[in-house]
Parts: sequence; structure tokens; C-alpha cells
Amino acid sequence: MDNIAGTKSTLTWVTHISVVILVALWVFPTLGLFVSSFRTTDQIASSGWWKSLFPSEQTMTLRTASPDTQVQEGPLFVIEGNLLDEGQDATIHSWGISSRAVDAFVPGEVAELRKGGTITVMANGRYRMEHSAAFIGSRGQRVFLGTTVAPEFTLNNYRNILFDPDNIEGMSQAFFSTLTVTIPATIIPILVAAFAAYALAWMEFPGRALLVAAIVALLVVPLQLALIPLLKLHLGIGIGKGYMGVWLAHTGFGLPLAIYLLRNYMVGLPRDIIENARVDGATEYQIFTRIILPLSFPALASFAIFQFLWTWNDLLVAKVFLVDATGETTVMTQKLVELLGTRGGNWEILATSAFISIAVPLAVFFTLQRYLVRGLLAGSVK
Amino acid sequence: MLARLLNHTALFELRGTIMHPALQGLSIIIFGVTACVAYFALSNQILDKVLFPPRGPHAGRNINRANLVRPWLFLCPALCAVGVYLAYPVVETLRLSLTERVPGGGIQWVGLDNYIQMSKEPKFWEALRNNMLWLLVVPAGATGFGLLAAQLTDRIRWGNVAKSLIFMPMAISFVGASVIWKLVYDVRPADQDQIGIFNAIYMFMGGEAPLTWLTMPVWNNFFLMLVLIWIQTGFAMVILSAALRGIPEETVEAAIVDGASPMQIFFKIKVPQIKTTILVVWTTITITVLKVFDIVFTMTNGQWETQVLANYMFDKLFRANDWGVGSAAAIVIMILVLPILVWNVRNARKEMR
Repeated sequence: MDNIAGTKSTLTWVTHISVVILVALWVFPTLGLFVSSFRTTDQIASSGWWKSLFPSEQTMTLRTASPDTQVQEGPLFVIEGNLLDEGQDATIHSWGISSRAVDAFVPGEVAELRKGGTITVMANGRYRMEHSAAFIGSRGQRVFLGTTVAPEFTLNNYRNILFDPDNIEGMSQAFFSTLTVTIPATIIPILVAAFAAYALAWMEFPGRALLVAAIVALLVVPLQLALIPLLKLHLGIGIGKGYMGVWLAHTGFGLPLAIYLLRNYMVGLPRDIIENARVDGATEYQIFTRIILPLSFPALASFAIFQFLWTWNDLLVAKVFLVDATGETTVMTQKLVELLGTRGGNWEILATSAFISIAVPLAVFFTLQRYLVRGLLAGSVK
Repeated sequence: MLARLLNHTALFELRGTIMHPALQGLSIIIFGVTACVAYFALSNQILDKVLFPPRGPHAGRNINRANLVRPWLFLCPALCAVGVYLAYPVVETLRLSLTERVPGGGIQWVGLDNYIQMSKEPKFWEALRNNMLWLLVVPAGATGFGLLAAQLTDRIRWGNVAKSLIFMPMAISFVGASVIWKLVYDVRPADQDQIGIFNAIYMFMGGEAPLTWLTMPVWNNFFLMLVLIWIQTGFAMVILSAALRGIPEETVEAAIVDGASPMQIFFKIKVPQIKTTILVVWTTITITVLKVFDIVFTMTNGQWETQVLANYMFDKLFRANDWGVGSAAAIVIMILVLPILVWNVRNARKEMR
């Protein structure tokens, strides 16, 4: 069907190229952050991250060692050393000793110094100055290097932000806070919702249709409406701001979607299984725990992923119900917002912190994408 | 790492009363799960064994009664939670929006004063205008790109990889996405290398001075919207791609036989058949847009004319500490959501029948 009308090859090419462009557009921003998190402060500030992936051309202005380090070798006075720092992965392709001709020589060539004597620079940065008389002056000779610097990445940012206990801007505590919020807030609603979903799917009782409609309605109620009344309620009954409050809030807010997803899934389970079990004398509780729950695993997994991503990524609920003045319960999203305020220009900190906070959801996303897609389809297309 | 953790625990023990949050979390999981299971198991037991045992002279009547009560046992925890955390707040917010806090405690009925006060604030109208812009641009953009991506990736071999990558931003938090895009929009002085890709391209194309994308009124709104479009396109793509696959092959084949061009096939054969799905995607994204808070809060905090309703409301609540106007703003968001809510409920009821 594809090769009808002879336009196949052009059309296929156009499709492939368009998809490549589309994917590039969608991946580039994240990639930029990812690459930046492995660069040093100077590197980030001096060039765009996309340049760091390729060897870069740099012109360096350096000085040789000063004349007091000269040694006498027979008739010659010699200064030797290396212009490049230890471990610097750069190759010199040209050099010069005058600012008017910075690339006058190639490595290995010998240049005449203005004050007498000669200098030669090797590709690895080693240099040798020779003169029949002693070198004078207090400063070394200025040398211009045209270098090709290999891409260089560092893990230091991650070391600082995750594992340095003295770094008060570190993310490790916030990471644990986020984890502490997320796990109970994912598990508890599943259980509560599963029972309700079963009742709405397979039990006959008056008002069932109305309840389903109400759940659908609550699905879209903006969170914003719940903030003040619930904060008032929490403060009133003594929960205050803290983990308990945020767990309860996430549970409440997650339930409509959980019930809706699970009910849609359970309704689709074969009627025979349930009726047979009923005929065999199984109680509703047994049917639910032994048959429905195991069969609904895909739907449970879908919702668990949704809820996990949503609670992990949430800022508003945590801000309102959890984070207090002590800052000990700061979650990662909140921490990122603070860093944007205080460290707006320090991209090595921002990029690394942001990447730490999105790494876990991304890992979950890529490993469990199947369930996520299934859940999305069950949740919105009908 | 482990030593660090232990240290932490020791620290909390020193302070005595506070339990380490991780332990607290663990115990709440255990407690919550046990409580749930115990509730369901016990209440069912009591119902079957104590209240209405299916034995004795009234066995038949008892079974019927038990079956009348049981659904509500299953529903009770969920209904209570949803009632307290979603239904009650809607009513309470409505009430709060019509009242005012009196200094020294207590609240006072003020009628529509909060709404009137709000309507006199230019920031509110700015937020409303921007929300309308968001409502027009983001669902259209995300659905459009999503449809494009779905159609293009449908028939190529590495389509699934491409889809996965376009879908990826869905997993990233709005805050994380904001940081990502702040780097894209970054500005350096004109004499330095630009590290934000937008300005790098702009300067490469011959721009005179780098632009501060996020502080140019009206346009900056679109740069914020771009972030949400970037996030939501994957969602639209996944759903629309499933819908495209559901289109009967015969209709497309018939069109090809009749000599329709690929464009005609797409717009005249495929799109009309997935119209409902497009609508569903559009409304779902619309809901997300109405609630958009994190992106604006993180990137501009409503400065430079980028205010939106959700952020306006947050501002009123927690900075101005004005619960009345804050609630009124929340009600405005609710009113904007209402048509979609009604439409969703009507659709759901149609399916139930």
C-alpha cells in the first residue's frame, strides 16, 4: 500500500526527515540540561552546551617559566617546562610569540626571540628556550597557543550536590523528602480506590450511575479549589503542615482518577468469571481479593505510575500542605524553585539539581512506559 | 551514603520526639495498608457472620440485606476521602469567596465584594486575558504537533523510539521543564558567547543584541506556553496514534484506489474519523491549561504581564493572605472548567447506558 503512485521514496524521505527534526526539537532542551550538568562552571559560562560535544578550538595566552628557573647546560642557558596544565587534554596545532602573529609557527619549529635566544614548543605543550647568554627580566616569555581541546566532562557537580554533607544547597535531603511523600501517596489510594471501583463496576445498587457521574465530575475539579478549605481543615484538626497532611491530600486528589481508571478496567473483565465464582459460593470479598485484584494488575500498575509521577513532580500540593518554615521537609521541586531564585545564573548547580529531580521519573517512564500508555488510553479515550 | 543516612537517623533520635520521616513514611504505608485490609475484611465478616448471617429462618432476607449494605462498605473509605478532599472544598471555597476574615478571628458575610474587588484589579484582567491566550494556543499547539507526530511516526520502523522520545517530557515535572527551558531562553551580554540556544540561533541569524525572551510582554506568554506544548504533545500523540491505528484500513485503501493524495487521505479520510478523540485530547489539555501554575510560578512568577489565574490565586492566598479574593479567583477557574465538566459527565452517562 505504501508504494502506490511512485511517490514512495520522496515521501518516505520527507517523513523520516520530519520525524528526525521533530524528535530533535523535543529532545534538545533536556539534552542541554543533561550535558550542562557534566560541565564545569567556566565551561558552561563560556560556551553553549552544544559546543562541548565536539573538540573546540581555543587560543590560549600563556607564559613560560620566569628566567630565575633557567639552568646552564654547557654553553647554553636553558628554560624548560610545559605550558599546559597536567591532565589538560589539548593538542597544540599552532603557536606564536607575538600578538600580531599568534599562529606563526607549528609545533617543533624554532622561533627567534626578540631579546636573543630561541624557543620551541611541542604539540604536547612542552617548550625549551635556549640562549648563549643568561635570560634576563622577571617574567617569562609570552606564548600564544592555538589548541584543539577535547570534550571534557566532570562528575564533580553531582558529587557536590548529592554527596557533600556540608553543602546546604545539596539535594540529598530533598530527595529523601520527595521519596517520603511519594511512596505512601502512591500506595494508599490504590487500595482504597480498588474496592470502590469494584463496587461501582460489579455490584448492583441504587445510585450507582450517579456516583460514577460524580467521579467523572470530580476528575476535573481544579486542585486550586481545595487549597484553602483543606489547609484550614488540617490546621483545625491538628495535622498542620507535614507529611501526614500531604499524604492525605495526595490520596484524596488521586482517588477520582484511580477509581475511574480501575472501574473502566474492571467493567471490561469477563462477566462469566465473576458469576461462576458467585454461583460457587464465593463471597464478594473473596471474589474481589482472589479474582478481580490479580486480574486488574495492568490497571493498578497504570494508576500507580500516574500517581507516582504526579506526586513526585508536584509543587503546589507540597508547597501548601507540607513545606514549612524550617525547610526540613523541602521537596525537590520546591528546592529547584528556590535555587532558581538564589542561583539563577549558576547553571552547574541548577542543571545538576534539576537532573537529579527528573532522573527517577525518567527511569520509571522508560521502564514502565507500556503501562503508562495503557493507562492514558483507558483514561481518556472511550 | 549509608553512614550519612545513619547519621541522619541519629540526629533525629537526639531530638527525641520526631520520628525520621522515612520511618514515618514506612509506618504510614504499613498502617494504611493494614487498616484498609482490616477494614474491608472485618466489615465484610461482621456483615456476613454477625449482622445478616445467611442461615436460620431469615436466611433469604438476610442475604438480600447484606447485599444492599455491602456496596457501601466497599465505597465508604473512598467516598469519605473524595467527599472531604474534593467535594467539600468546592462548597467551602464558594462560601469563602463570599466572606471576609475579620481581624481577630471569625468571618463575615460580604456578598459579592470579593468579586467586585477582584474585577477592579488590572492584574486579574491580565491573568484572565493570558489564560484565554493559553486556552487558545496550548491545546491547539499540543494537539496539532501530537497529530503530526502520530501520523508521521505511524509507518516508519523506528517510529516507536521516536514516539518514546517525544513522549518523554510527560515524565518531567513542570518545575524541571521550567529549568530546562530557562536554559534554552538564557541571555548573556552581547559580547559573550550565548549559552541559551534561542539567543545563539538569534545571534547567528544576525540579531544585533540578545533578547531577554521572558521579559518581553505579550510575547513572553508564548514562550511560557511553548513549555507546556512541549510537555503535552507526547500525551496528544500517544492517544491520537492509537486512534489512527483504529481507523479501518478499507477506508484508506478505498481512498488510495480513488487516487487521493496523502494529504487528502490524512485530512479528508483520517482526521474526520478520529474527530471525537481529537476533541477528548483537546479538552483534557484544556483542563491542564486552566490549572497551569508551576510553569508561570517558576519562570516569571507572573511578572512582565505573564500572570495567569492559578498563579494570581496563589499570590492572593499565600502572599497577600487574602482568602476572600483568592477563593473568588479559584471559583473563576472552576467556572471556566464547568462546561468541560458537564460535557464529560454527559459523555460518561451516555456510555453507561
